[in-house]
Amino acid sequence: MDNATMTQSFRLAWTVARVDLLRLFKSRDYWGPLLIVGLVFFVAIPAVALLTVTRIEASPLLVQVGEVLDGLTTRLDERAQTLPAQGRTAFALAVFLLAPIAVVVPLTVSSAVGAQSIVGERERGTGEFLAHSPLTVGQIYAGKLMASLIPGYLATLVGFGLYSIVVNVMAGGAVGGWFFPTAGWWALVLWVLPPFLAIAVAVIVRLSAKVRSTAAAQQVASLVSLPVIILAYGIAGGAVLDPTRAAVIIGAMAWVGAAYALIRGRRAFQRDVLLGLGDEG
Amino acid sequence: MPAISLSRVTKTFGPKLAVDELSLEVSEGSIAVLLGPNGAGKTTTVRLITGALRPDSGSVHVAGFNASTQGGEVRSRCGVVPPKPAMYERLTGRENLRFAADVFGAGRKTIEGTAEKFGIAHALDTNVGGYSTGMRTRLALTRAFLHDPEILLLDEPTAGLDPESARTVLSLIMRLATEGRTVVLCTHLLHEAEGVADRVAMMAAGQARIVGSPEELANRFIGTPRVVIDVAKPENLNGFGTMDGFEIEADNGRGRLTLRLDSLDLVPDIVDRLVASGAKVRRVEPLGATLEDVYFEAQRQTKEPIHG
Repeated sequence: MDNATMTQSFRLAWTVARVDLLRLFKSRDYWGPLLIVGLVFFVAIPAVALLTVTRIEASPLLVQVGEVLDGLTTRLDERAQTLPAQGRTAFALAVFLLAPIAVVVPLTVSSAVGAQSIVGERERGTGEFLAHSPLTVGQIYAGKLMASLIPGYLATLVGFGLYSIVVNVMAGGAVGGWFFPTAGWWALVLWVLPPFLAIAVAVIVRLSAKVRSTAAAQQVASLVSLPVIILAYGIAGGAVLDPTRAAVIIGAMAWVGAAYALIRGRRAFQRDVLLGLGDEG
Repeated sequence: MPAISLSRVTKTFGPKLAVDELSLEVSEGSIAVLLGPNGAGKTTTVRLITGALRPDSGSVHVAGFNASTQGGEVRSRCGVVPPKPAMYERLTGRENLRFAADVFGAGRKTIEGTAEKFGIAHALDTNVGGYSTGMRTRLALTRAFLHDPEILLLDEPTAGLDPESARTVLSLIMRLATEGRTVVLCTHLLHEAEGVADRVAMMAAGQARIVGSPEELANRFIGTPRVVIDVAKPENLNGFGTMDGFEIEADNGRGRLTLRLDSLDLVPDIVDRLVASGAKVRRVEPLGATLEDVYFEAQRQTKEPIHG
């Protein structure tokens, strides 16, 4: 395939993605709840947790948490070792315990979009237009993937930015200045999370082409999301603990897995899945 | 070379046989009507023509391209109006058309003019969710025409429309069909096909049971011409016996006869005879065979319901 053909192919896939994103943007009732979920995870929960840690002194619970986290922080960051108990706890909370939100929220966003990507076209009858169009199945598939991944990545970047502001404002005083994101978090967000999101979306879009209703697709998407979240939770911890090795290795493996999932998904995707069910008159 | 050619095409969905050894040719620039009840295989045939579905066996060629292996070429030459013209409800008509224009490489400048042609330009900036069924059909027709297709595939384009909108849509289709495009119109409504079709395929159970021009079919199944004669008084018909070349098909007892003739050339002789017998003839009207006549006569003669 030459450059011009690839550019044209990408342009057409982007046309499919763009119309899905436009529909999503116009569906306030769809993204409204997702926005609330994002704000709860990226802003409300860390704000409350860190506010509690930094405002309540000499709490037995805080002391216990600080003791548990001492073991982790000593391996994590030299700067954390020199902090008082309150600062260490705040640092550990921000870096470790709230890490999975970086996975949960974008995965929720992407799976919500991806779940209805194909079956939604079929239910509405709009898939008929795509099926009769000169678009190749590869272009349609790529467009649907982009439309599912972009909101997830966008949620990651915006949420990550908000989260950074919240934890630095709330815990910066106790930790001794701007401390977040750490190197491990950069690796997690930019290298580890994207392939995991791609794996989940590839599986979900593929399932969306197989199920008979959006409701069923969403059920299945939640089943796919759960193990990915659990896996990512563990990996996030490892990547944050040892950013130089774990994140690079795990990220590389995840990229290979993502490429495999995407290729398998593309091969399984056929034009006729876009056509309405039960009206083969 | 025909614009569309299906050769012994079969398509199944699991155990269901949707299209069964279907062979059909549509000449370039002609209007073919696929006539048949729901479930006859019309929609599947349209999907096979564009290559949206692949046949289990047989071949489909459109404008010289194989629909299975050169689907992109085929689909870029076709404009399709599906039976339920679905659009993205939350987008405006213009946004839906922009998407279609981008996909078909039609250029967005064509949107306004084409929408004007189909009488939907005034609603382009309204969300499609607020459209009536008639407006949706007009938008679907606009979308199908944006890239100026050589071949139009119209699958029940008047489904769900009120009679007035249906008539408007049909007249639009007729107008556009006269511009030299090849048109395939699927319908289960006999009156829609009347006067439109260059060629009719009566489908049932995935087969084109009867294929031909309306005239060929009328000659084949109706055969002899008919004429209706009204006279002022029923008793004037008492002395009207039989003569060579016609037979009385129906007598309503109130002065109306329907005659089946060997030839319309007999009409003057029949009128002369009635006048000679003292009848006041009020109407003499030759009856052309309608598609409905042909359809039901074909059913009667083949003793096999065309209904699948």
